[in-house]
Amino acid sequence: MGIVNVTNLKKVYGEFQAVNEISFSIEQGEVFGFLGPNGAGKTSTINMMIGLSKPTGGHIMIDGIDAIKDIKQVQKIIGIIPDENNLYDEMNGFNNLCFCASLYGIPKKEREKRAMELLEQFNLTKAGKRPFKAYSKGMKRKLTIAAGIIHNPKILFLDEPTTGIDVESARQIRELILDLKKQGKTIFITTHYIEEAERICDRIAFIVNGKIVKIGTLTESMENVEGEHKIKLQLNSSIKDMKEELENSFVNCRVEIPDENSCLIISKERVALFPILQLLDNKGISVYEAKAIKPSLEDVFVKVTGIEASKLKKEKEKAGK
Amino acid sequence: MQTLIAFWNILKKDIENYYLKPPNISWGIIFPLSWTLMQLIRSPGNIGIVELLPGLMSMSVLFGTTSMLAVTITFERKGRSFDRLLLAPISISTLVFAKILGAVLFGIVNAFVPVVFAAFFINLSGVNWGITVIAVILIAITSALLGLLIAISAKEVFEAQTFSNFFRFPMLFLCGLFVPIAKLPVILKPISFLLPLTYGTDILNGVITGNSIFGTIFNIFIMLVFAALLFYLCQRNIKEKWIL
Repeated sequence: MGIVNVTNLKKVYGEFQAVNEISFSIEQGEVFGFLGPNGAGKTSTINMMIGLSKPTGGHIMIDGIDAIKDIKQVQKIIGIIPDENNLYDEMNGFNNLCFCASLYGIPKKEREKRAMELLEQFNLTKAGKRPFKAYSKGMKRKLTIAAGIIHNPKILFLDEPTTGIDVESARQIRELILDLKKQGKTIFITTHYIEEAERICDRIAFIVNGKIVKIGTLTESMENVEGEHKIKLQLNSSIKDMKEELENSFVNCRVEIPDENSCLIISKERVALFPILQLLDNKGISVYEAKAIKPSLEDVFVKVTGIEASKLKKEKEKAGK
Repeated sequence: MQTLIAFWNILKKDIENYYLKPPNISWGIIFPLSWTLMQLIRSPGNIGIVELLPGLMSMSVLFGTTSMLAVTITFERKGRSFDRLLLAPISISTLVFAKILGAVLFGIVNAFVPVVFAAFFINLSGVNWGITVIAVILIAITSALLGLLIAISAKEVFEAQTFSNFFRFPMLFLCGLFVPIAKLPVILKPISFLLPLTYGTDILNGVITGNSIFGTIFNIFIMLVFAALLFYLCQRNIKEKWIL
């Protein structure tokens, strides 16, 4: 049993099924990612888990509390960072943080101390007295994250934390998320940025059309996605003439020659390198480098969702505008 | 204690962010003042002022509370800052109470602008101020809850304004503010008795002019019933419409 357990969760809006009986669990201290295109059901799922939406069916248990029956108890131990920066425009950064802390019943002195600490941690001390509306997009995002952790929650829900901000701010936010992980926080993150999921998540669930199509650790997700193992050899000369000989010698392998000085050994099973290297050496061919070619998370995504990475990239660009 | 901290800070934030902003202070003073002046000009005698005072007070509360609450909540909903309040570990009733209290206080201040102005022209020493304050508080609470109910149904600020006027203007003419209920067409009379403002104005009429349809205790009881009903509807509608 993880700290978060979701079973057969379902959400229907009229005739549209936004979330279709999904189940997953998150271990304590884990960064769990929900990866999928826009409209896949990521935000619908997060909204049901935090109490902003009522599930049509299923169960959500968070830290041993039934989140459907007793959401107010759950809200005491969770921090929420929505996909939009929803702090108060007229209030300054410091007051925004103090106000958010007050919603969790934190006494004045304590919340002021915590707000100062967070402004420092997020490099926003100088901007603390400026109204929120005067912040840049990246600063707004950072303050929104600070507001989500002001009450020191056990579990953190981040909905698209880096959407629509500049590269440097996105990098800083990813570092902050990893810092929070080091502090022992359990983190549930939704994203449609493949590289983001790859960098910060321990486990990833791929969600498409309201269904989880694959779930696992990064290694599990990327392992043998195409049912093949590939090894790329860097050589001192071309082996075009030897392709057939190699394939005949190693019957379970297929050989591809992508360019003059390299070749790909492809097999359904793990490839034993030594006999190949020996054969090449006997033919006077030197192998400078042998590298296992692993699929990227993007390859996995395309494979399991059937959605082209270019489509996701377009969405990413649209969201960034 | 934790709930109290959250409650107080929501109220404080609303007062500082909305009600104490110069445009709203001027709205809170200028609107009742201009209505009072308008009525003074058209009713030169002192008797006219006394008769109009309950209506002016009720109207000031009604417009002050409904306008502010409907607009501020719709504004917060649109910017999604209201989600923060919905996601805080406080009950919906604490949230509703904290949100309406700012508007209620604003409405109470609005109600006494015509009183201050009228005090320069007429003797108000015979008025039972204790009952007057209770009536103003009850009108402010029911109007604020009505404003909240409107805000829950509106998606845009302009929608909230339109819905507010849809309720407010008919109410002005049906609750005995300017046209006594006895003189209303038979078909409209039952509608008058369905409006909370009718009973609030009746209390004010009773304590200021000495003319009322019902007894003060009965009016207070009905106002409390309206407040409880509207409070329940606001909570229910927030859960149904905002926690989808």
